[in-house]
Amino acid sequence: MTRHQRLTPYRESLAAWSMVAPALLVTVTFALYPVVDSLWLSLHRIVIGLPQLGNSFVGPDNYLALLRDPVARQALLVTLGFVLCSTLLELACGLVIALVIHERFHGRGLVRAAILIPWAIPTVVASQLWRYIFNDQYGFANLLLFGNQVTDYIPWLSYPSLAFGIVVLADVWKTSSFAALLILAGLQLIPDDLYDAARVDGAGAWQRFRHITLPLLKPALLLALLFRTMDAFRVFDLVFVMTQGGPGDATQVLQFYGYQTLFTEGRIGYGSAVSVAVFLMILALSLIYLRAIGSSLLEQRRT
Amino acid sequence: MSRRILLAVGILVSVGLSLLPFLWFVLTSFKSQAAIEAIPPTWWPSGNLGFYRSALFDHRLFDYMLNSMVVAGSTTILALVFAIPAAYALARLTIPGKRGLLAVLLCVSMFPQMAIAGPIWRLLDSLGGLNHRWGVVLPYVALTLPLAIWILASFFKELPPELEDAARVDGCGPWGTLFRITLPLATPGIFTAAILILIYAWNEFFFALLILTQPEQQTLPVGIALFQGEFTMPWGELAAASVVATLPLIAVVLLCQRWIVSGLSAGAVKG
Repeated sequence: MTRHQRLTPYRESLAAWSMVAPALLVTVTFALYPVVDSLWLSLHRIVIGLPQLGNSFVGPDNYLALLRDPVARQALLVTLGFVLCSTLLELACGLVIALVIHERFHGRGLVRAAILIPWAIPTVVASQLWRYIFNDQYGFANLLLFGNQVTDYIPWLSYPSLAFGIVVLADVWKTSSFAALLILAGLQLIPDDLYDAARVDGAGAWQRFRHITLPLLKPALLLALLFRTMDAFRVFDLVFVMTQGGPGDATQVLQFYGYQTLFTEGRIGYGSAVSVAVFLMILALSLIYLRAIGSSLLEQRRT
Repeated sequence: MSRRILLAVGILVSVGLSLLPFLWFVLTSFKSQAAIEAIPPTWWPSGNLGFYRSALFDHRLFDYMLNSMVVAGSTTILALVFAIPAAYALARLTIPGKRGLLAVLLCVSMFPQMAIAGPIWRLLDSLGGLNHRWGVVLPYVALTLPLAIWILASFFKELPPELEDAARVDGCGPWGTLFRITLPLATPGIFTAAILILIYAWNEFFFALLILTQPEQQTLPVGIALFQGEFTMPWGELAAASVVATLPLIAVVLLCQRWIVSGLSAGAVKG
């Protein structure tokens, strides 16, 4: 018996590791190793199609070139603008939707399902859909705004700022419901008696929202902000389908620029530097957010 | 009273804005080519099924569907096979460095696809996985594992530990306890994780675009993104293909709304 007991912790940790190892192996091979490889590649000059260049080690050259690259600077600005506009709008819409579907009413399940549909639609389909809606001739937007006055029809996606706005709109439509779900989960954690107490004290609806709902919703809002920022930073499908980065460079985002340098132009070293830069920015952002959420996420995970 | 009106307006606006844009695609898919190309375009379709026929047979929609089913199905199964034991170990067993592991997983779920795309392409090139459906399944599994593990671990943790303890006292090892006690109890959690993985794998575009370059292996999103006519955009066929690509997901969402909501909340906010 004593022998058995002495073996148990050893056997338990052996079992624990055998349970974690397969998942860890897949994660390391297809997520962690690639990041390290990207970092390594970004220190080389490798151009597919120009094998005579070899793959010489050039140290930080690609990063220095990146800092001076006007297209990259534009892509960074567009990406930051996209992240800012789309996440703020998504949080606002998500909050409104969450407040609506938190209420009790007949057919709430159906309403929730209907609101989730844009989130479930493949992004590529949503992108084609919005491209079609804002089509210069057959588009629903023109039909709705101008009806029969065909001469007033606007070629929406050919104007830089309109195209940017439409890409933002498509993203907001697609993902507000996801933000709403995260916020809804936060709403459900707020105990009802708080509202009752406030009501007894004579607080109006706006005051209850301002002083109970918003403060207690902060962790959920921050979490939604975290998820949405990360996703907005990684936007690709929308741009690929709707605008290909254009018109001009109006919707040229970092991920699309990285894709072009790596896979269209075959500049492996430089493209890897772009990817690593995007990675580092997302990493920095997520560390800031995790600080703000107070690492409560990780704390609670610990048994 | 005003509160009820406000709620009704809120419901109408959010449901309307969610559904109407896609409804335009649905209407388009049943129109005739002439009705689509009319300027101004007509509102209502004539109930024409021609676009579905030509999308299915002239535009390889069949192949895309089949590929998406194979890819999404295998991703879901493999990801669950890897995630379930890992989540159980992280939720219930003592592992040195558990916090670090969870932090790493959280980081992985935030990786921009770009940061790993080039090396994954090279890796699959050397493994012979380019232009094979399994070539996208492996990265999909890696990228969905973090979310699956987080969701499953939080479900496992909410189960009462007494049953597991009893099994352990009776001499059941950790693997035995997982399979005989925890798994049957955690079916809703596993179901939730499966739905989320399935939706991800069905919709993913970036890696599918890079890895599957032959039309015979491409998935629905790639097929739909690269849907081009020679001279004009075949909007009718595209709308039909989009409806076909989306219907299974709408069915999943309608049927499983409850699990999706609880899964996302459990995986995220409740911690």
